[in-house]
Amino acid sequence: MRGLLTIALYGLQEALRRRIFHVVLLLTLLYLGLYWLGASTAFDEVREFEGALPVEEEELTGGTLFGLSMFGSLFLGAVLATFLTLGVVRGDAERGLLQPLVVRPIGRTALLLGRFLGAAAICVPYVMAVYAICAVITRSSSYSGWWPDQFVRPGLQLAAGVLVIGALALLGSIFLSATANGIAVFMIFGAGLVAGLLGQIGEALNSPTLESVATRASWALPFEALYQDALHRITSESRGFTGLAIQLGPFGGSQAGGAKLPLWVGAYFAVALLVSVAAFRRKDL
Amino acid sequence: MAPALAAHELGKRYGRVLALDGVDLSVEPGELVGLLGPNGAGKSTLVKIACGLIRASRGRAEICGAPAGSPEAREALGYLAELFRFPGWFSADEVLHLHQRLTRSQGGSTERRELLELVGLGAAQDVRVDAMSKGMQQRLGIAHALVGSPKVLLLDEPTSALDPAGRQTVRALLEELRRREIGVLLNSHLLSEIELVCDRVVILSRGHVVAAGSPEELSKPRGVEVETDEGIRLFAEARRDEAPAIVERLVAEGRRVYGVRVLATSLEEEYLQAVGGDTA
Repeated sequence: MRGLLTIALYGLQEALRRRIFHVVLLLTLLYLGLYWLGASTAFDEVREFEGALPVEEEELTGGTLFGLSMFGSLFLGAVLATFLTLGVVRGDAERGLLQPLVVRPIGRTALLLGRFLGAAAICVPYVMAVYAICAVITRSSSYSGWWPDQFVRPGLQLAAGVLVIGALALLGSIFLSATANGIAVFMIFGAGLVAGLLGQIGEALNSPTLESVATRASWALPFEALYQDALHRITSESRGFTGLAIQLGPFGGSQAGGAKLPLWVGAYFAVALLVSVAAFRRKDL
Repeated sequence: MAPALAAHELGKRYGRVLALDGVDLSVEPGELVGLLGPNGAGKSTLVKIACGLIRASRGRAEICGAPAGSPEAREALGYLAELFRFPGWFSADEVLHLHQRLTRSQGGSTERRELLELVGLGAAQDVRVDAMSKGMQQRLGIAHALVGSPKVLLLDEPTSALDPAGRQTVRALLEELRRREIGVLLNSHLLSEIELVCDRVVILSRGHVVAAGSPEELSKPRGVEVETDEGIRLFAEARRDEAPAIVERLVAEGRRVYGVRVLATSLEEEYLQAVGGDTA
């Protein structure tokens, strides 16, 4: 346990001292500034139509904007998780960083899980912080204090989605070089998002085939299912035309995950880590 | 007492390439064994199996009686890889501190300071790795391998980036390790280095042990050379124990003898003969 925590701390130090983290922080500040500007402008302009449309303008705008910010939070978290885990095994072995650590008594399992824990200790607070700041920006930009219907669980789901992406990158790091692994993880991430959009289109067109494809893809890549369920939850109490208008948008969250989603994500995550540990224990370095 | 390192019928296959083919080798506590061989002979593969980085295809390796790669074996082991790096943002002291935690060493700052002084980095404990020269990093690598007082040290090309002064430091360090009863397997291309410090030499070629023994055992006599008032005379068939008789005879013949040298083949010559044309 002590070895695991030592490696987690090492991973944490690495993340904080590497230049990439400073770049991510800077880009996050830019992102939040841009989001604040966009949210303020959008609410100002929508206010001009107050009462002219058969929908709750503020609810529609808040739900859509915050849905967009959740995509941003997920994307930034995915970038961070991927960069912190993509080279943990093969990448570090190729650079000669892994060998001095792996011959130590802590063992490979603790080394791998420690590195993941270190990455998680950065990514989870980061995603939760960006998510919460975006919620506050949305609320402060709206004219009567818009707030998501559910706040805590969607944020946790985004963080869990980022952890799933990190676990996939960790698994990939055992077999692929850092660059190849990074490309593969982002392609998987992109595939998941496309599947989600297909689901939205399927919902709008009432196409069972598209909806079925999207659902299967979302469950195969559960970070997408978590994201969709989180989108659903932030506007879960919207009804009538407003609810329909939100659902038809790109950040509509028409696909609720259901009660089995947490179980599935937990099992998926555990299997990804177990397979990673088993593969790493057998790997020649 | 179990050998510090023992390999029995050790074999390793990478796909169709047979890197090691039934290698037997042992290193006793306090013994310095040099591992020689051309590139691709299987030296690094042998060292990596011994420290659990790769798995043997057949045979077994043991560290102080424990299977290589087991937690007990890793407890007893210090390893310097041929290609290694430490994170550039760590200072020398932080590198050693990390490895103290990983080896559960109780040595604290005293051990860190001693190790850095032992490798000639006493004044560089706060220097960041990315500000160090290659030679300094290699010395730090040796220091990190010694964290936790290992019983066995596996050094893969430890002097490749060192200047002559650095090599001398490492030679002195190896003598100190011998005194501390630490078994050392030294993988190096520098034959003169091996000849100077090692108790025994093992030469590998194409995955086989092709010669083994002390440097003296491996060398072959090449006669006795005597410097007299008539010049240098070579007794090509003579051995070391015949030198006094040769001198006595020359003096009896009225020659003045100024010097006597017993000639033997160098380790380099024996190495080249042992590996034959294997220079890959």
